[in-house]
Amino acid sequence: MATKLTNAQIAWRAAQDLPDGAYVNLGIGFPEMIAKFKPEGREVIYHTENGILDFGEAPPAGEEDWDLINAGKKAVTLNPGAAFFHHADSFAMVRGGHLDIAVLGAYEVAENGDIANWSTGPGSVPAVGGAMDLVHGAKQIWVVTDHVTKKGEPKLLKRCHLPLTGVGCVTTVYTSLAVVDIKGGRFVLREKLPSMSLDELQALTEGALAVEGTIGDLIVPEV
Amino acid sequence: MNKVCPNIEDAIADIEDGMSVMIGGFGGAGAPIELIHALVDRYRRTGSPGNLTVINNNAGNGAIGIAAMIDAGMVATMVCSFPRSSDPRAFTEKYLAGGIGLELVPQGTLAERIRAAGAGIPAFYTPTSYGTLVAEGKPVAEFEGRMYVQERWLKADVALIKAELADRKGNLTYRKAARNFSPLMAMAAKLTVVQASRIVEPGGIDPEQVITPGIFVNRIVEVADPKQEEALLREGAK
Repeated sequence: MATKLTNAQIAWRAAQDLPDGAYVNLGIGFPEMIAKFKPEGREVIYHTENGILDFGEAPPAGEEDWDLINAGKKAVTLNPGAAFFHHADSFAMVRGGHLDIAVLGAYEVAENGDIANWSTGPGSVPAVGGAMDLVHGAKQIWVVTDHVTKKGEPKLLKRCHLPLTGVGCVTTVYTSLAVVDIKGGRFVLREKLPSMSLDELQALTEGALAVEGTIGDLIVPEV
Repeated sequence: MNKVCPNIEDAIADIEDGMSVMIGGFGGAGAPIELIHALVDRYRRTGSPGNLTVINNNAGNGAIGIAAMIDAGMVATMVCSFPRSSDPRAFTEKYLAGGIGLELVPQGTLAERIRAAGAGIPAFYTPTSYGTLVAEGKPVAEFEGRMYVQERWLKADVALIKAELADRKGNLTYRKAARNFSPLMAMAAKLTVVQASRIVEPGGIDPEQVITPGIFVNRIVEVADPKQEEALLREGAK
């Protein structure tokens, strides 16, 4: 048993929770992988900030249309029933509460639901894109992330230290070790790797992990 | 009524030093490359228009389009949400050297500020950015138990827009996701200049299909087979 999930496995686990009929925005990069693992038989419609609902996979190399891209500026295709719209309508979908789920990456998530994912502080070029809109728009905000930083420091904190993207907005965190819901200002552990004890997981998590009922086993296939 | 200009130089006449210029497009999709480069050429020839404030989602990529404006030294300030790209050299070098200003605006707030300007709404409240550095110094208010940040309209002197079809009355359609900010910017600028891939007779666009009604458009120039910024970059354009 691996000691932690790969990013693809974290994406697979998050994908299992996509409900049929959901309107979903997947952030650039890691979260985009979730689409690949959507369970058969569920219809999910993807939104991209630059103005498309119901886009599909990337086209084959050489068949890109660069007027048909996603927010990551990657070429996409359209599913039957897709729609184009301008940016104000696109963010009306976001801020107006019409999206069901937005999935983002994060540098830090706090037990009060705060998220920091846009700035590592002074010295770089700041860039925020649509993240600050998404975190206050979608009904559920999921974060996919490694459980700890590259240095092994916790990313699930009592309070964020980096500049915030949004306050009190994250609902679930899918990590390389666990699935954690945020309820009432605390981390509630839903699943953890079966190879890891609760104490071992808590040692890698700054915020306290509350338990409601039983803790599920986080079991993910090789993907 | 005929808003069609005979050539691109006439279309971009009256754009002067110190103006604010909205430029349509998201990345390469919808970037009016020919209008931008006509403006860059004029600046290189005459030294004007410089000291511009440029409003776009991004801050240029590679060395063409907005990046060419920055490299030429025409741009004093960028107003954008995401000044990064696959090759953000032009903006990044100038920004880190203190040679260009940046007003960072969350993407949806940028769109709504532009829309508000076009719609005559001086300010509005949004949940976006509440509790973050971006909201510092802005009024906040509680509505139905939730906190919101006041944002103001964003107007411009000029908008440069790329459309697919246009008629002489200024009605426009766009191609696929190249629409993005353009219908909003067309409303928010005093002078809206459009490059269209094809100009058709009035009636040549089904009224059901018009995206930007002609009232928002001042000048149109036909640019058949326009360049696409992303395609140019991938061909190695310098």
